[in-house]
Amino acid sequence: MMSKPIERRQFLGASLATGAVATAAGLGLIKPQLAFADNVAGWPEKAFDAKLLKEAMSDSVGKTDIPVSSKVKLTAPTIAENGGAVPVTIEVDSPMTADDYIATVYLFVDHNPTPLASQFTFTPAAGKAYIQQRIKMAKTDNVRVVAKTNKGVLMASAPREVKVTIGGCGG
Amino acid sequence: MAGNVGNPMIRMASSAKKGEIVEIRSLIMNPMTTGLTKDKAGKVIPAHFIQTVTVTFDDKPLLDIDWSTAVSANPYLAFKLRAESSGTLKMVWKDNTGGNWSADSKLTVA
Repeated sequence: MMSKPIERRQFLGASLATGAVATAAGLGLIKPQLAFADNVAGWPEKAFDAKLLKEAMSDSVGKTDIPVSSKVKLTAPTIAENGGAVPVTIEVDSPMTADDYIATVYLFVDHNPTPLASQFTFTPAAGKAYIQQRIKMAKTDNVRVVAKTNKGVLMASAPREVKVTIGGCGG
Repeated sequence: MAGNVGNPMIRMASSAKKGEIVEIRSLIMNPMTTGLTKDKAGKVIPAHFIQTVTVTFDDKPLLDIDWSTAVSANPYLAFKLRAESSGTLKMVWKDNTGGNWSADSKLTVA
């Protein structure tokens, strides 16, 4: 637990943000001890910082070779004119009972600068492992989903290709 | 660059039958910038994005979300809830600059 904030300090120390943070701290705008506490507690920084799909998968899911199951459904447009807002719908066919439910769902975009896009932790109260949101895609690429049951069983969606006309990295 | 932030909204039915699966749709204003792009003057636009969304029903956990900068600006989010008893759905959004917003919506189960 103690290593996380230190990693963050080292990361910031090497980044362009340092100047601004140091200036703001110097001016007394922010308390020095809070200057680096910019990540929300519990946010999985390592997995979100990973630059390659394999790294992002092993840092989040814990495995990279996950069997595809038709139970994991991922809906996305075939062609997205605006890579800045690609609608995706995730739905996992599974019971959502106290002893058998989908616990976590991971959403990846293979070649985005950081492939892990989102991570969803469900409880059986949801009734259905279902999510709809919009994501950014840098270019034509595959989107994929991995679902993990409360017993640790992993299953993946088939990768779904979205052709992107205008990349979403401008926003 | 500051733009609009916050203004969270939840849209859901106010009543449902017991056992029914209800869809909840939400929206919040946030730039969701990546920290990888530059403005017209060539200056890096700092990362500013929502990192977590916490959803509870009557204070019991329903859904915990971790978002990256790959989520689109002004994030829309839809998810589901099995209506078992009347109560209050609450959502809390937190961003990497200390922003913290919440919204709630009541559900009556007949």
